[in-house]
Amino acid sequence: MTWECVVGVEVHVQLRTDRKLFCLDRPVFGDEPNAHVCPVCLGLPGALPTANGDAVRLAVVTALALDCRVHAESIWARKNYFYPDLPKGYQITQFERPLATDGHVDFDSADGPSRVRIRRVHIEEDAGKSVHDRVPGATAVDLNRAGTPLVEIVTEPDLRSPADVRAFLSDLKRLLEYADVSDCSMEQGSLRADANVSLRPVGVTALGTKTEIKNVNSFSGIERALEIEVARQTDVLEGGGRVRPETLLWDDHRASLRRMRSKEESHDYRYFPDPDLPPLILTDELLAAARSYIPELPRARRERFTREYALSAYDAGVLTQSRATADYFEEVARTTSEPKLAANWIMGGVQALMNARGEDAGTFPVRPGTLADLIGLVANGAISDRVARTVLEAVADGEGSPLEIVARRGLEQVRDPGRLEAWIEEVIDAHPDEATRYRDGETRLLGFLVGQVMRRSSGKADPRQVNDLLRDRLG
Amino acid sequence: MLTAAREAVAGIRAAEASEGSLHAFLDVADPEALRVESPEGPLAGVPVAVKDNLTTTDFPTTCGSRLLETYRSPFDATVVLRLRDAGAVVVGKTNLDEFAMGSSTENSAFGPTRNPHDRSRVPGGSSGGSAAAVAAGYVPMALGSDTGGSVRQPAAFCGVVGIKPTYGRASRYGLVAYASSLDQVGTLTRSVDEGATLLRTIAGHDPKDATSSRLDVPDFAAAARRGVDGLVIGVPREYLPESLDPEIRALIDGALERLERDGARIRPVSLPHSEHAIPCYYVLGPAEASSNLARYDGVRYGHRVEGADMREMYERTRSTLLGTEVKRRIMLGTYALSAGYHDEYYGTAQKARRLIVADFRAVFDSGVHALFTPTTPGPAFRLGERVDDPVEMYLSDVFTVTANLAGIPAVSVPIGRVGGLPFGGQILAPWWKEEDMLAVAGAVEAGGAAPGGSSPRSSPSGPPPSGPTPTGPAR
Repeated sequence: MTWECVVGVEVHVQLRTDRKLFCLDRPVFGDEPNAHVCPVCLGLPGALPTANGDAVRLAVVTALALDCRVHAESIWARKNYFYPDLPKGYQITQFERPLATDGHVDFDSADGPSRVRIRRVHIEEDAGKSVHDRVPGATAVDLNRAGTPLVEIVTEPDLRSPADVRAFLSDLKRLLEYADVSDCSMEQGSLRADANVSLRPVGVTALGTKTEIKNVNSFSGIERALEIEVARQTDVLEGGGRVRPETLLWDDHRASLRRMRSKEESHDYRYFPDPDLPPLILTDELLAAARSYIPELPRARRERFTREYALSAYDAGVLTQSRATADYFEEVARTTSEPKLAANWIMGGVQALMNARGEDAGTFPVRPGTLADLIGLVANGAISDRVARTVLEAVADGEGSPLEIVARRGLEQVRDPGRLEAWIEEVIDAHPDEATRYRDGETRLLGFLVGQVMRRSSGKADPRQVNDLLRDRLG
Repeated sequence: MLTAAREAVAGIRAAEASEGSLHAFLDVADPEALRVESPEGPLAGVPVAVKDNLTTTDFPTTCGSRLLETYRSPFDATVVLRLRDAGAVVVGKTNLDEFAMGSSTENSAFGPTRNPHDRSRVPGGSSGGSAAAVAAGYVPMALGSDTGGSVRQPAAFCGVVGIKPTYGRASRYGLVAYASSLDQVGTLTRSVDEGATLLRTIAGHDPKDATSSRLDVPDFAAAARRGVDGLVIGVPREYLPESLDPEIRALIDGALERLERDGARIRPVSLPHSEHAIPCYYVLGPAEASSNLARYDGVRYGHRVEGADMREMYERTRSTLLGTEVKRRIMLGTYALSAGYHDEYYGTAQKARRLIVADFRAVFDSGVHALFTPTTPGPAFRLGERVDDPVEMYLSDVFTVTANLAGIPAVSVPIGRVGGLPFGGQILAPWWKEEDMLAVAGAVEAGGAAPGGSSPRSSPSGPPPSGPTPTGPAR
């Protein structure tokens, strides 16, 4: 029998705010343990939560970026369970009436454009961290993360392969980065994804029994984990068995899944509306502000780039990989009015140099205006492409503006026929054999001779002119 | 400026140390450490007692629980800060039923408080320590908290005035939560006028409590002296059952006659769903409590009882250090919220609550300014009389819980004696209409509390009920 894989995901995204969700403390990653705590996020007796408007705004932006229906009224709820890193003994979240529902995300699956429906988006607070390796023989608790604002995004079971899941998550991550709501770092835990997976015979519409995969911390990890689980479920079903509903934990080091003990998952969370917090009411002003905050999202931008700058779909895709790169490109393209050249430079020399320096478009020291100047010098023939690469490195190293560097190092392109002809004569003298063979019809040797002239000029000679002059001289 | 507070502290220390003391206080200030933070404030130098479930930085906040025996809060409750800002001196923390769960103060882990009018009887609860401290003349005013009658019932039993304002009128920040949607800070004072003054001091919006109201705080003391001419006072027949003691009936009728003589119109009304109030309260209160008290897990603060593993530590800490009534309510509430029973219990109770609210709204919309009822079905009962019968104990709240379920303001004023013991009449008013409520209370008080007055039968060995009274026009 042929089986179809059905996957839905639950994604937790840490919102980029200065304050925790219900108190004034800063959410931080990697500071001293318990340095960012207060009576509210410690759950001290008598402390009360108050909702942080910034976090709410970012959550609304997220929901709008996912094309959700955002509800004017949603309800905070308590999810009750005991755990040492959960200071109040309950997590404040949203349950029966979430912030938003009924959205979708378009992404590029292996089979082309695809759509995943978003069931719901809700706001909740994060728990702290239990640290098992810091104090010998004991579990330590770090509450820096406790109370950090999250949105949880729940999809419908619309994904059909592990590779699709990975592609969807990477498009979702890009979308959230564009919306500027989160750092979206899986390594740092600011983006976490769990997956529900089941199989069914192709052609059947009813869903099979699903298992849940948790504890994955990379896109490749989730793809691998799903591949393993799909293979396992296939074996079970082919062998006439039944898939049991259970939670599986991914072990990244061993690249394997383990069953969660039933004790760990048998929770009755006893949800009820949090009496400390009135319903979350979104005013028209807040909704309008959130709408105006939504930037152009990746797919729209990619489409516009092909139209407005006459780029290929591939180039537009590369340049919209991140919002920073797209912004960078667009600024260069607008300043130089040479969008093609700008695209080639950014995808070529600039990207290579950024990679070498461990930087991205947001941090690269050669800012768009400067790159535009450099491209301008190439476009008007002042310097050659080859020289421009050297200049780019020098600019990145802080040696000055492109013009200054060109002037200081004397890198200006040489087009004076007298100087060019002198180099040509030297080359013909040095390579009489090649010159003769060219004259005898071996025209492909022209490239070699031009190259020799370029070398003699330290790259400063205008190659087109050298080309013409050489042909005349030997013609 | 500190003379009165020093005398009060010295008197309390002497009285509480003597044989057969009231045990109204769990902690009393060091006379040397007393200070007035706002010498110009309206309560400058006035000694005030504070129920030990309101957080204070200068005393432990035990909530009458073994678990928090040594817990000291890093912050003052907002209402305590406002007391200090008004110049009041917090002279000590008063006894209470553990976590405010009880109607007799017998559920304190540190021993019961006795009624100053008859030491073989309970002072009521859960704010029994505060009521006894005022009735005994230790302090002119005290703060309590009222979740189902915990200010009004002990006020009635001890012959003092107890106000529970509208839900949201006073900040709950620093009030250790029992049932968040019902809890409200209240006042216990010798007179309506003092109650009005104290209420005005602690009331008003607090950005740290999302359920606190932004409405302006009126001059309650002025309202208390306004008189009842033209007011319509409803008498709900469900609160005067056939079974009511004829002595009580006579006191109520007497008070109503005097109000009528003062210009009020008395109108019989009905609140048909009040009969569901007790079961409704004993589902919702425990449900919220089961979640609110989850933080007392021995992980971060308070006492801990070690166990072989985390789960055992939780179980031992909570089963050893929490009292019987607290555990009873946690179990009731956990059950009421658990899967499969949630709708039947929690859901049904929420419906009943809405019906109770609708009853009040209908009566108040019909032109009734305030309601008059007995505060309790009878006077103070004997110590130990009801400890083995929780349901009988719960029924002492039968007339008070509806105000908490509806969130409306209510006050208990002495109206005479029953069997030689103080007895209180309760006035309820629409949301935010404390002024009408206090006008009626003031008139009831001025009309005379019938034979016997409200001073304790057996004078305590403490100081006479002197000390400075709050500034303001003479009563």
